[in-house]
Amino acid sequence: MGSVTMTKEFEILDHTADVGIIAYGADLEQAFANAARGLFSLITSLSDVDEALHRDIELTATDRESLLVDWLNELVYYFDTEGILFKRFDIIELNNSHLKARGYGEKADSAKHELKTGVKGATYHMLKIEKNKGYRVQVLFDI
Amino acid sequence: MTAPWKSIVKKIDDYRWEIPTSYKEGMSVPGRIFASESMLDHIWEEHAFEQVANVAFLPGIVRYSLAMPDIHWGYGFPIGGVAATRVRDGVISPGGVGFDINCGVRLVRTSLTEEEVRPKIEPLVDALFHNIPSGLGSEGKIKASRKELDEVMEQGSRWALERGYGLPEDIVATEESGCIKGARADKVSDKAKKRGLPQLGTLGSGNHFLEVAVVDELYDRDAAKVMGIEELGQIMLLIHTGSRGFGHQICSDYVNILGQAVKKYGINLPDRQLACAPVDSPEGKDYLAAMAGAANYAWTNRQFILHWARESFAKVFDKSQAELGMRQIYDVCHNIAKLENYDINGKPEKLCVHRKGATRAFPAGHPDVPDAYRAIGQPVLIPGDMGRSSYVALGTDVAMAETFGSTCHGAGRLKSRGAAKRMLKGADVARSLAAQGITVKTGSMASLAEEAPQAYKDVSEVVEITHQAGISRKVVKTKPIGVIKG
Repeated sequence: MGSVTMTKEFEILDHTADVGIIAYGADLEQAFANAARGLFSLITSLSDVDEALHRDIELTATDRESLLVDWLNELVYYFDTEGILFKRFDIIELNNSHLKARGYGEKADSAKHELKTGVKGATYHMLKIEKNKGYRVQVLFDI
Repeated sequence: MTAPWKSIVKKIDDYRWEIPTSYKEGMSVPGRIFASESMLDHIWEEHAFEQVANVAFLPGIVRYSLAMPDIHWGYGFPIGGVAATRVRDGVISPGGVGFDINCGVRLVRTSLTEEEVRPKIEPLVDALFHNIPSGLGSEGKIKASRKELDEVMEQGSRWALERGYGLPEDIVATEESGCIKGARADKVSDKAKKRGLPQLGTLGSGNHFLEVAVVDELYDRDAAKVMGIEELGQIMLLIHTGSRGFGHQICSDYVNILGQAVKKYGINLPDRQLACAPVDSPEGKDYLAAMAGAANYAWTNRQFILHWARESFAKVFDKSQAELGMRQIYDVCHNIAKLENYDINGKPEKLCVHRKGATRAFPAGHPDVPDAYRAIGQPVLIPGDMGRSSYVALGTDVAMAETFGSTCHGAGRLKSRGAAKRMLKGADVARSLAAQGITVKTGSMASLAEEAPQAYKDVSEVVEITHQAGISRKVVKTKPIGVIKG
């Protein structure tokens, strides 16, 4: 793996049937936050989203990989049930089995937000959490 | 240069290719791909061989890890994959069903002709678009309570019928009569129910669609007639959707639960997305009960949509239902696991048949084929992309003998969504379809570009292989004239 530039938050990974993201971070917290931003960038343009509300999320899982999948699926759940588009995340606590975070965003509004791709869920397929100088995480979504 | 797959794959005949167990340590059965030689380059390039091989690791898998000609790379299982595992000592895998549990297709005949419909195609497409909620974030008109959602899970299509949506004969012409038995609402998470409630009675987004099509070719007039398809130019309606966020959440939940079960039962897997548990274990049974609930939700969903489509046609053409003749031909699942009986080495064996992006294709005479089709075989519905054709085929004895009664489900993607969007603009796709006489209405232009015909394999090539190989036989080809994309 080459050197990681921390200026890049995430990039979109193309996959025949589905779409993934590779997110970067100086630490794992930042990589998790950027992965979540990557997820919402697939759904809409993040620049159109205001921080009008927030939701607190707390999760436990058996390992970091599951935690990453659960984290992203939790956000998909908020979008599907409450129509919330998140644009910024504070990761308050993160270890191998526990995550506590706050997401900021607003409810989707067809007059304001163009909704692009629906995401069914995050998968374990080709899931990677890598540490070099910083963190690089890779997730595929079923869409 | 010789294609790299040539040294790996054994040619059985022009349409059958085998990946031997020696390809990857841990495979307990060979892989078998139904494809033409020219398709194998693409299948190899996108590593779908690897996924066919990975599925062959599943404990209790019988005969082959199978791939239909529309195979493309999925997550864990390939899409277009079929795997049958023994119920007594094999596993069930939610990844072998997919996120969109009972994503499927419903085909409806009409007594209308192209001549009558062409002049009114714009108002018809508009009426369908307005009557049937579609698109990302859309909510349904069905305001069901939690208790009613539990009933939907347990009863399937019949739940909608009893509330005035549809006709009794719709249920008869549905795989499993629109209800897999053994669904249990208590095996479905609160989260799934919360996602499922507002989306009941919605088409959704992505590759889901509603299509007004015209009969373009008849390959077997007698069999077509049994299905109520009598002439070229006759108008058909296709509905393609599934279990929406409800099924997606159930899949996510159970990939986690069965991920734990993999450790508990000491199962060796090459990919976490293949998470599974013994069919006969508490975890396996719970998944099957939840999956059945999602499958039944999907059938209820398609039942509502059919009802609103009938209303839309009646309004636009100012005709009674009798005059419209909108009879449901059949409704099939494309993503499902079923417990079915087969003869394995001369002995009856109960198998769990995973069809992920594959269609059941039972032959004439099979007891699970509705009476009306018992003499011809089960109708198989194979939609193509929105610019080309769709097919109606029939199940065969060859499918029973070789593919656990399964065949292909569609065109299969050729290009990723990103590549399609870079290549095309939604507005251009709409224009080019209009030039071909296809009226499209969508809530999202981006989605239209992602789903452009160029992003898919030609369904005709896929169907031809299943026809030549004998795992289903084509009866009717239709072409779209009006499309609603979510």
